[in-house]
Amino acid sequence: MRFNYRSVAAAVALGCAVGTTQTALAQETPQRGGILNFVVPSTIPSYDAHRETTFGVIHPMAPFYSLLIRVNPANPASPTDFVCDVCDGTVPEPTDGGTVYTFKIRDGVKFHDGKPLDAYDVKATYDKIIFPPEGVPSSRKAFFSMVDAVEAPDARTVVFKLKYPSGAFVPALATPFNWIYSKKDLDEHGYEWHTKNINGSGPFLFVQEQPGAFVEGKRNPNYHHEGRPYIDGFKAIQAPKMAVNLQAIRGDRAAAQFRGFPPKAVDDLVKALGDKITVQTSDWNCVLLTTINQNRKPFDDARVRRALTLAVDRWGGSQYLSKIAIVKTVGGVAFPNHPLAATSEELQQLAGYYPDLEKSREMARKLLADAGQSNLKFELNNRGVDQPYKVVGTWLIDQWKQVGLDVTQRVQPSGPFYDTLRKKRDFDISMDFNCQSVVNPIADVTKWLGSAGNNFGGYEDPILEELYDNLAREGDPAKQRKILRQYEERALSDQAHLLVTLWWNRITAHRSYFKGWKISPSHYLDQQLDNVWLDKSLM
Amino acid sequence: MSKYILHRLLLTIPTLFGAALLVFLLMRAVPGDVCEIRLFGTGLYADQEQLDQCRDKLGLNKPMPLQFWDFVSGYFTGDLGESMWTGKPVAEEIGLRFQLSMQLAIMATAVAVIIAIPLGIISAVKQNTWIDYLVRAFSIAGIAIPSFWLGIVIILGLLIITQAWFGIPWMPPIEYVSPFEDPMENLAQLIWPAVATGYRYSAVATRMTRSALLEVLREDYVRTARAKGLLEKVIINRHALKNSLLPVVTIIALEFAFLMGGLVVTEQVFNLNGLGKLFVEAVLQHDFTLTQQLVMLVVVIFVLTNLFIDIMYAWLDPRIRYS
Repeated sequence: MRFNYRSVAAAVALGCAVGTTQTALAQETPQRGGILNFVVPSTIPSYDAHRETTFGVIHPMAPFYSLLIRVNPANPASPTDFVCDVCDGTVPEPTDGGTVYTFKIRDGVKFHDGKPLDAYDVKATYDKIIFPPEGVPSSRKAFFSMVDAVEAPDARTVVFKLKYPSGAFVPALATPFNWIYSKKDLDEHGYEWHTKNINGSGPFLFVQEQPGAFVEGKRNPNYHHEGRPYIDGFKAIQAPKMAVNLQAIRGDRAAAQFRGFPPKAVDDLVKALGDKITVQTSDWNCVLLTTINQNRKPFDDARVRRALTLAVDRWGGSQYLSKIAIVKTVGGVAFPNHPLAATSEELQQLAGYYPDLEKSREMARKLLADAGQSNLKFELNNRGVDQPYKVVGTWLIDQWKQVGLDVTQRVQPSGPFYDTLRKKRDFDISMDFNCQSVVNPIADVTKWLGSAGNNFGGYEDPILEELYDNLAREGDPAKQRKILRQYEERALSDQAHLLVTLWWNRITAHRSYFKGWKISPSHYLDQQLDNVWLDKSLM
Repeated sequence: MSKYILHRLLLTIPTLFGAALLVFLLMRAVPGDVCEIRLFGTGLYADQEQLDQCRDKLGLNKPMPLQFWDFVSGYFTGDLGESMWTGKPVAEEIGLRFQLSMQLAIMATAVAVIIAIPLGIISAVKQNTWIDYLVRAFSIAGIAIPSFWLGIVIILGLLIITQAWFGIPWMPPIEYVSPFEDPMENLAQLIWPAVATGYRYSAVATRMTRSALLEVLREDYVRTARAKGLLEKVIINRHALKNSLLPVVTIIALEFAFLMGGLVVTEQVFNLNGLGKLFVEAVLQHDFTLTQQLVMLVVVIFVLTNLFIDIMYAWLDPRIRYS
């Protein structure tokens, strides 16, 4: 399926990934065999993706599971191209005014314990995700607020009934954390069982986990996508330090790392290994934001907030920050390559995105003077993580200095940083971020709502809430786009509630013998590894 | 002697209790908790309900005295709790890493002793000669160079040299293989961090051996031995060295205890799945249960090491007798 944006999606897909070898990759014949070693710069919490939020569980464990639908592994760069995994055929179009989605479940899909996967397993899985019993954590329950019921009228059919038509539903279904569990496991072992046990239907069978060290998988001979996977197995080696990741690829202890590296690190790797390294880049569905604490004066004054955004040179920053940090693209509230995102021309109508920087800054100075805040001093709360927090934080301070603001930076480790942002809320302005898996702008832009659980600006904006309500219930993409522009203008320009800095830039580097993997807009996506292979002639 | 050991062991109980109380309070004094890191660290959606649910499940909403009781009562029931991050039993998490850390500590100690004792003796015997200056420069460099930096240099050096010489860059394995499974692979991984750590460790021990031996060599009984016409080799090996080893043993044993949990950065540089790396992860993730038990393990190691040092004193110096 090409969702509702077929023509736009094709163009977007072309522009999204700049992997130089991708065309060549698509034309090569996959080879069978070999073990893929890759590094994971994170740790594994529990094995239950329904409750976890980190790629530390996705990279090593996703190959053991299937999804109902997923981003197209042949075209993961597209933010709108979804295909069936355990469902049959193509992703269905909705019926009943956009409120009913009926999926047919593929025949012959089996869990690793040998039990056939049917519609009752899919229903049990989505019931756990959407309507978890009290006390059972589900990190993506909020994604499915539009779902009224999940039904399985027979063993091959699953029906999702929505309360209202929503463009956010299909992307939410494709979220890579929605692993299909066996109903039998849930019924017999309970909802905690999957935190420590694995029984999926994915391309690889679980062999072992050595905690803190590695996860090992071997080829599933009964995998439902015929002929796949190509490799015999994989080893996901945990290596939290970036330097170790780079050295491991250089020393061929690992063929890949799927999260991404800063530009300079990739340059060094290419310099050392030449064509033995393949680099792929993509816009990343993560963005650094600055949350303004509107409970504190003078930040309750929209003029001050507008001045803060007007002072920032995003177009210039994109050029020079992208050379040293993992940020690049100038964007608004939606992922830059999505059909719902603002074009450059549309962005340039917003405060802080005007093409004339000097004029912007002059406006900023005037707004500050009008608000009596020409010599405003404040503190920026920042997270003690180099890429890209500290780099962007330092850049922002310089930007604000250009309009006469005096800003100091308080850099804290993650724990105290979140404590300041969420609990104490004793900050003036804080770095914040939004990083999602499947590109789903209608869900992702809730971050700007004052009522959102992950918004720490301390404001109420009924107009913005109403705009979002209209957006969430609108089924027509053209109308969604129009509403989103109004929402964006209010959130970023008129009220300047939560400022966008730059969208992240994902740069991956892997050994050239590792083939078939294509970069996507998120490090959470397309990690089942059923389509990757190893070119022995290059090893 | 056994009475003394029993007495010392009993004294560890208040020490351990004090340490437990201190680490418990310190962990909670740091803002933030594991649920915030887990739910918000990745930037994905999470709301207050999820946060409360997570805290309830991990017992973080319980009153502090109750949380402390949960922590210490585990020592009586044999249940050290579960990691707040992985949900795995803490004993399992620590046990897995203990083997590697223990092996690395033994190897680093062996490297240190092999370097330190001969160099310390040579330096003392050849005091104020060019050999002495050379040894002192070598040991000062060892103290000055952080072992993690030396580790990075070793890895990069191996990558560059092997690429230049053989065309293929090589680095030590980044996953642990037990010495009982594949001794060569195990050695290929651990020899480099053992050298990086052992060098710094040897530098301290070399200087200690030198100064202790110099002091002993000025003693009357050494002069008497020389007057009796004993060979210098015999004087040093049989009479001086053993007596000069008291402070050296202290240094070596304390460093060994430090290595068991303190190789925080070196383990990360070489991606060693040891106690140091686990320590860092536990602290960063605000995993109270795991951090508390790791601190307690280090406290126990230091207490036992100190006891071992005292027993060694009695063996090395017959004048020392405990009652």
